Amino acid sequence: MSVTVRIPTILRTYTGGQAEVTAEGTTLGEVISDLEKNHTGISARVLDDQGKLRRFVNVYVNDDDVRFEQGLETVTPDGAGVSIIPAVAGG
Amino acid sequence: MAVQTVASTTDSAVDLGPAAALSCRECGHRVPLGPVFACEECFGPLEIAYDFSAYDTEELRKRIEAGPANIWRYAPLLPVPADVATKPNMNPGWTKLVKADNLARELGVTGGLYVKDDSGNPTHSFKDRVVAQAVEAARAFGYTTLSCSSTGNLAGAVGAAAARAGLRSCVFIPHDLEQGKVVMAAIYGGELVGIEGNYDDVNRFCSELIGDSAGESWGFVNVNLRPYYAEGSKTLAYEICEQLGWRIPDQLVIPIASGSQLTKIDKGLQELIKLGLVEDRPYKIFGAQAEGCSPVSVAYKAGHDVVRPQKPNTIAKSLAIGNPADGPYVLDIARRTGGAVEDVTDEQVVDAIKLLARTEGIFAETAGGVTVGVTKKLIENGLIDPAKSVVVLNTGDGLKTLDAVAGTGLTATIRPNLESFREAGLA
Repeated sequence: MSVTVRIPTILRTYTGGQAEVTAEGTTLGEVISDLEKNHTGISARVLDDQGKLRRFVNVYVNDDDVRFEQGLETVTPDGAGVSIIPAVAGG
Repeated sequence: MAVQTVASTTDSAVDLGPAAALSCRECGHRVPLGPVFACEECFGPLEIAYDFSAYDTEELRKRIEAGPANIWRYAPLLPVPADVATKPNMNPGWTKLVKADNLARELGVTGGLYVKDDSGNPTHSFKDRVVAQAVEAARAFGYTTLSCSSTGNLAGAVGAAAARAGLRSCVFIPHDLEQGKVVMAAIYGGELVGIEGNYDDVNRFCSELIGDSAGESWGFVNVNLRPYYAEGSKTLAYEICEQLGWRIPDQLVIPIASGSQLTKIDKGLQELIKLGLVEDRPYKIFGAQAEGCSPVSVAYKAGHDVVRPQKPNTIAKSLAIGNPADGPYVLDIARRTGGAVEDVTDEQVVDAIKLLARTEGIFAETAGGVTVGVTKKLIENGLIDPAKSVVVLNTGDGLKTLDAVAGTGLTATIRPNLESFREAGLA
C-alpha cells in the first residue's frame, strides 16, 4: 500500500526539503515506521517515548483526523493522502 | 520567501521590544524570534520568552499609568517595538470593567462581580487585542499579506487591522457562519473565503497552506505569527488588575475556544506578580464552554489531562473549536489554581445573554452568554464563592450573533392612541 505523506515545514530537514514523500504501510503506524526507514529521525518527532502520537501533532488520513478514527491503527488505503500537521489554535 | 529569510533571524535582528526568544512550552527548547510556531523537537507550541530584568517596579507602574488608554500602555510587557503607539494599528483595549451590581444581586454575589466587556474594542471583540500584536510581528518579519483561520470574530479583526496598516488580507472562515460576522469580516475590503467544513477543517487547511508555496510568504496571525498574536490576551489580565487598583480578583471566568486566551491571562497574572505590580495572592481560574463543544470541560470532569476532540454543535460558534490546542494547559491551570471547567446548554447560553442584557445593559455575543451562564452554574453548585470577587469576561458584541436571540422583539403592537396603549397593559 503506497500513500502520499505531506510533511510540515519543521520536519522537512528529514526529507531533504521535500514537502511530500511516498511511504508504504496498511496502517498509519506502519506508514510512520516506513518513513523512519527512509528519513531517519522523523518518527521520534511525531511519536513520544511511549510510541504514541505526540499531543501537539495532528495527523489526517485523507480528510479524517486519526484521533476520531483508530489513531496509529487507522487504515491507510492505497493511494491515500496522509497529512502531518502541528496543532495550532485560536479562532 | 519571507519564511526562510526570517527563520534564520537572530534575536537582535528584529525589534520586538522585550521579546528575547521563542521557547517551547513543552520541552523548553529555545529558538530565535521568527515566524515559527511549533517546536522542531517535539511539536510543542512556541511562546515568547521575555527579558524584563531591566524594569524597576515603581517606574514601570508609573510608565504604564501614564500610557495611552489602549493596550500600548503595556507595551513594555509585549512583543512590540517601543514606538508601537506611533504606527498605524487599531489601538484596542482599555475596555470597560463594569461593576455588575444588578447581576450580582440576581446571582447572590456579595464579594463584587465585574464584567470585563471586550465588546468595546474597535471590531467589537477581544480579537483586536491579539491581532494588534500580530500586525507588529508581520511588520517586523516583512509580511505584506495577513491571513487567518477564523470562527468569525478574528476574520473581522484581521480585515480591519490590515486595512488600517495598509496590508492585504485574505482570511478563511467556515462557510456557514452567522451573517453578522460574515459582513463584519467582508466590509473591510479584504478577501474572505468560506471553507466547506467546520473551524477545525479551516484550521487544518490553513496549516497546510502555510507549508505550501502558495501560502508560505503570508503572515497567518494564528498560525506562523501565533506566538506573538497570543500574547495580546495577556492585556486582559493587565487591564483587569489595573482597573481593580492593581489587584488580582479572587475568581475569573473565561471562555474556552482553543484555550489560548485563558492560558495567556494566567501568564499575564503571573508576570504581574513576578514584576511586583500586584500582590501575590491566590486566584482561581474557571473555564467556560458550551455543552455542544465541550472537549475541555469533559476532560476536566473525567479527571483527564488530555483532551479528546469533539465535532462541535452549538450556537456559540466563536467557541466551536472541537480540537482545542491549548486544552491540556487549560486543565493544568484550572487544577493548579483551584478553579474548574464547566459547560452550559445552548438554552442556558441564550438565557444568560438575556440575563446580562436585562441586568447590566450589556448585549453579549454567545461566548458572553457562555461565561455568564457558567458563572451562574458554578455559583449554584458551590464552586464559585459568592462572597469573593468574580470577574466574568464578555469577549464579543451581541450584534454579531443576533440569530441566537431570534424571537426577542416587540412587546406589543398598538394603534397610535392612548386607548390602545392602555389596552395593551403598558400604562
